[in-house]
Amino acid sequence: MATTIKREQTFEKLFSGITFSAAFLILVIIASIFISLFRESLMAIDSFGFFGFVSSTAWDPVREQFGAATTLYGTLVTTILALVVAVPVSLGIAIFITELCPKFLKPIVSTAIELLAAIPSIIYGMWGLFTFAPLMSDCVEPLLQKIFEPIPLFGQLFTGVPLGIDILTTSIILSIMITPFIASIVRDTFALTPVQLKESAYGIGATRWEVIKDVMIPYSKTGIFGSVIIAMGRALGETMAVAFVLGNKHAIATSLFDASATITVTLANEFTEADSDLYLSSLFYLALILLGMNFLLLAVAKMFLARRDK
Amino acid sequence: MSDSIMSVNNLNFYYQGNVHAVKNMSLPIKRHQVTALIGPSGCGKTTFLRCFNRMHDLYPGHRQEGEILFEGSNLLTRKDIIELRSRIGMVFQKPTPFPMSIFDNIAYGLRLKGIRNRAELSDRVEKVLKQAAIWQETHDRLKQSANSLSGGQQQRLVIARALAVEPDVLLFDEPTSALDPISTGKIEELMVSLKQEVTILIVTHNMQQAARISDHTAFMYMGELIEFGQTETLFTNPSEKLTEEYVTGRFG
Repeated sequence: MATTIKREQTFEKLFSGITFSAAFLILVIIASIFISLFRESLMAIDSFGFFGFVSSTAWDPVREQFGAATTLYGTLVTTILALVVAVPVSLGIAIFITELCPKFLKPIVSTAIELLAAIPSIIYGMWGLFTFAPLMSDCVEPLLQKIFEPIPLFGQLFTGVPLGIDILTTSIILSIMITPFIASIVRDTFALTPVQLKESAYGIGATRWEVIKDVMIPYSKTGIFGSVIIAMGRALGETMAVAFVLGNKHAIATSLFDASATITVTLANEFTEADSDLYLSSLFYLALILLGMNFLLLAVAKMFLARRDK
Repeated sequence: MSDSIMSVNNLNFYYQGNVHAVKNMSLPIKRHQVTALIGPSGCGKTTFLRCFNRMHDLYPGHRQEGEILFEGSNLLTRKDIIELRSRIGMVFQKPTPFPMSIFDNIAYGLRLKGIRNRAELSDRVEKVLKQAAIWQETHDRLKQSANSLSGGQQQRLVIARALAVEPDVLLFDEPTSALDPISTGKIEELMVSLKQEVTILIVTHNMQQAARISDHTAFMYMGELIEFGQTETLFTNPSEKLTEEYVTGRFG
């Protein structure tokens, strides 16, 4: 009897110790990443400050003038455009799978969506560069230009030479990459909508579309929001695919047909070229800003969800 | 004896794979009365109930034969299912408030019917909330989420929502089985008082409930209608042995 209790106690202690250290390790790793990025960026922080760095469009390794504005802009614009394209498409896919799809087709479509998420990003990049970008520059972009350029102000978005290596192409490829995340999470939350809730709506004379719009989507709001945040994190951090099709140009682009640069692509491309300490430190600073941004995004999302759950 | 609002004639229902769930049922549904459907689990009462508002149409693979006469035609072959469902409403086992405010829950069906005028909407919302005896508890928080109500309140809200589109018939599928006795009592009272406005069909596992609130009772067993009659007669002096055994609790 006594030995059983003793054995139990030892095991309990050991077990809780192991689980605790596993969880604690995560915290240690995150903290150490933050700290090391911060340490490496100290020199750039000293030289440019925070607002000076974030607001400066300079990126001149020769004169050693560095700023985050152009890459931050490229990162945010491509991410937001990708979401603008991906969210409605993904909702459409999720609605189709849960409500409209014939039964035999369901596993096929679902698997196809999940496969899309399994494609390595470098393959998206190669496909984007060799197949999709030429298609954009030859067919899609000239057409868009013809239709929209004459419109005052809005037409500004469609000026320039459509080369296919630009913000629009990148955003569309990013949207293809994040669609499976949004679509499959939203599909799962749609499937969680209680059957009786849907039937009640049908029961007072709602059509299928009205049930989707007024019951399923509002009921799944939290899931949809969560999936968008996950997708946004993915789009912000995406490197390889973007590196192929965005053109890596440090400038604030005003047209969808301009090349641009994102933080991650700049990091990937320029670490090997960073010949001065300040250059290297500025790159670390960019990385710190990206990480901070992602962190903030997650925090906002958590806060939002916590408030909603109340 | 009041007249019939609906009449079921030789109704057969098969689920996917030819599972014969409702077998050759025929009975009249009396206008402005409560008709209870009782019987052991799996006897087909809910399947039968769901034929009336064509809820089965949402899922593929079933087959139905026979007819349910309503307003002179067979509702099983009606094309305007959406319109039919607003005439024959349904309340489920668990309360199903929509993820919106109390007001919007009620106004939803009205808006579907094309009523947009704010004043008219609030008048009708108030009217049905009073009718469903929940106005007292909700009038000062119509803007709050319907999920903030208790289970019993939610169920009365759902009944009010069903009433808002002014149906002729309300189908209840075990409406109190998820509720406490006090809430159950309130819902039962409500159902009895609603008889003036609508015809009620209720599936219940609770025989006392059927005895308390219904005028007519149908006893089903393994997909068949065993006995149909005045509730009092069916419970006190059943003509079938099976009915007697069931209502006295010897099986089921």
